[in-house]
Amino acid sequence: MFYREAGDFKTSYRDDGQTFPIKLDRIGYYAILAIAVLVIPFVINDYWASAVLLPFLIYAIASIGLNILVGYAGQVSLGTGGFMAVGAFAVYKLMTAFPEISVVIHILLAGGITALVGIAFGLPSLRIKGFYLAVATLAAQFFLVWLFNKVPWFYNYSASGQINSPERTVLGWAVTGPAASPSAKYLICLAFVFMAAWVARNLTRGMVGRKWMAIRDMDIAAEIIGVNPLTAKLTAFGVSSFFIGIAGALLFAVYLGAAEVTEAFGINKSFLVLFMVIIGGLGSIFGSFAGAAFLVLLPVFLKNLLVGTLGWPTDLAAHIELMIVGALIIFFLIVEPHGLARLWRLVKEKLRLWPFPH
Amino acid sequence: MDQLLYGSEVLINGLMTGVMYSLVALGFVLIYKASGVFNYAQGVMALFAALTLVGIMEGQVPFAHLINAMFGTHVESFGWNVPALLAILLTAGVMVLLAILIEKLVLQHLVGQEPIILFMATIGLAYFLEGLGDVMWGADVKTLDVGLPQGISESIEQATNDWFGYGFFIDRLDIWATIIAAILVAALVAFSQYTKQGRAMRAVADDHQAALSVGISLQFIWIMVWSIAGFVALVAGIMWGTKSGVQFSLSLIALKALPVLMLGGFTSIPGAIVGGLIIGVGEKLFEFIMSSPDLAGSWFGFTISATENWFAYVLALMFLVFRPQGLFGERIIERV
Repeated sequence: MFYREAGDFKTSYRDDGQTFPIKLDRIGYYAILAIAVLVIPFVINDYWASAVLLPFLIYAIASIGLNILVGYAGQVSLGTGGFMAVGAFAVYKLMTAFPEISVVIHILLAGGITALVGIAFGLPSLRIKGFYLAVATLAAQFFLVWLFNKVPWFYNYSASGQINSPERTVLGWAVTGPAASPSAKYLICLAFVFMAAWVARNLTRGMVGRKWMAIRDMDIAAEIIGVNPLTAKLTAFGVSSFFIGIAGALLFAVYLGAAEVTEAFGINKSFLVLFMVIIGGLGSIFGSFAGAAFLVLLPVFLKNLLVGTLGWPTDLAAHIELMIVGALIIFFLIVEPHGLARLWRLVKEKLRLWPFPH
Repeated sequence: MDQLLYGSEVLINGLMTGVMYSLVALGFVLIYKASGVFNYAQGVMALFAALTLVGIMEGQVPFAHLINAMFGTHVESFGWNVPALLAILLTAGVMVLLAILIEKLVLQHLVGQEPIILFMATIGLAYFLEGLGDVMWGADVKTLDVGLPQGISESIEQATNDWFGYGFFIDRLDIWATIIAAILVAALVAFSQYTKQGRAMRAVADDHQAALSVGISLQFIWIMVWSIAGFVALVAGIMWGTKSGVQFSLSLIALKALPVLMLGGFTSIPGAIVGGLIIGVGEKLFEFIMSSPDLAGSWFGFTISATENWFAYVLALMFLVFRPQGLFGERIIERV
């Protein structure tokens, strides 16, 4: 009844082009933001932070990044795990080499380094398309993981080959290392998520985003109307890898604290993020959040149900969980191949007409 | 001279490994040609087939773990052993059943979707089958022995020792795998060239709608193709399972088959075989050269190892930059 644009008059182009044109959406957005910043940090505990909120926020950044590449620019990539590893190892090297500089700058720089690596591995996309490209990006995945495994310089010659994040503070609060409190970790991730979503939203509705979408829809036609495929594809790879690198850096430094490259950044991570993007909805920032939330919450929920409530052994529960995740993915693809974002849009359409459906 | 002999031993072993890669790649090509689906689950299908084969041979009760957890019982095994040949036939039956289920439950609902969606669906399928295999037969590493000869072939070692003064180590299993793969490929080619169903399959591969309009049942062809792919997966599962035990890592051979496909082209059966051989030889020789202190050590001043994980991909990637459709793939023609 309140969810409609009728009566909400726009008097400037700026108003008309805003992200949330409907008043209720706008209020809801600010309310969620207020809860996320003002309420959750005070009630958060270790379990919620490590099981739900931190992975959700970090994977949300990664899936925004991948969504830019796959959903907006139409270049399928299976190298996400490898690019996250670049972010993680870059931030590790920076943190240990320059301890006096703020960790926020390190994380941003790690994103920048990942962007360069992403552009390098994006170069073949100018020649290779479709599935061949998807498989070609696997080269990045395997090569990068091997590199971080085999070259001791990257893990500072530690005996185990693991990297451990040292303690660093932001504004006097420890955000990495064992002493960091859940709320500090949560807030730093939230800040990066907010930045990622804001930048991505504004990039994708501007000229850059429109060029990406033109390339996605038909690259030859886009080239004819004056979109340079070289810059469009490479900026997509760069921006996407920047976010994925930040997600990798946060995953290692803030969430995991210690990481071993084959285990933390293997091929499964690439698929996980790709699933988030597909289930959430290709070409939608909201979809990235929805997909990340769904795939982070589902295993937690299934584990609680199977092990906690039914009391099955953990290994059996893990296998059944695998089956259910697989089946749900197929189910979702059959029922709604355009993802949760499309469902959300349908709900909004219905809501706009409610309670008078005609 | 010694290096040359080692090198040629590595070359022969690489060729044999390449045949095994081709075997997996073949399953991909069959499905891709007939239904345009890039079936990521092919590797997991090999794992599932091998698990089922071991389970049937040893008379395990399927879902024993689950039944025990739900009802508190202690069933483990029927207590009989099934002979290998019968077990292989039964497993082939299971793979056909699986093909029918996949067609009915998944593919039928996804007709006309974009390729990427179908690809994602097969990844979901891979997860599901992996979980199903573990729940049905347990996740422990199993040994598979269907009576294929194993171990170093003494006669070859003896003969080469007499000729060159250096005995070649060649696994008898690899020789058998090569022979079986050759027979399988010949049978598949004969099937697709000379039988009615084979012709129908090629018609579907060419054009779905035209095939439908001359009265070919798409459903039947898809079930058939997935069954054949299941059978190829079974053969690959037997080979790899005998070689290195039936365990989760078996499903990762799919990842080894992908660069083979890129190199050979997704749509070409000869491409899968030639690509497999190139990659098998290439990665073994590269590893041999780069990890040997006498070769790479003296040329570049350093050695690197464990390159097999990525070499195939990087080779395929460099290759693709010059020939985007692979060695034998159909020419990509783009129209606006």
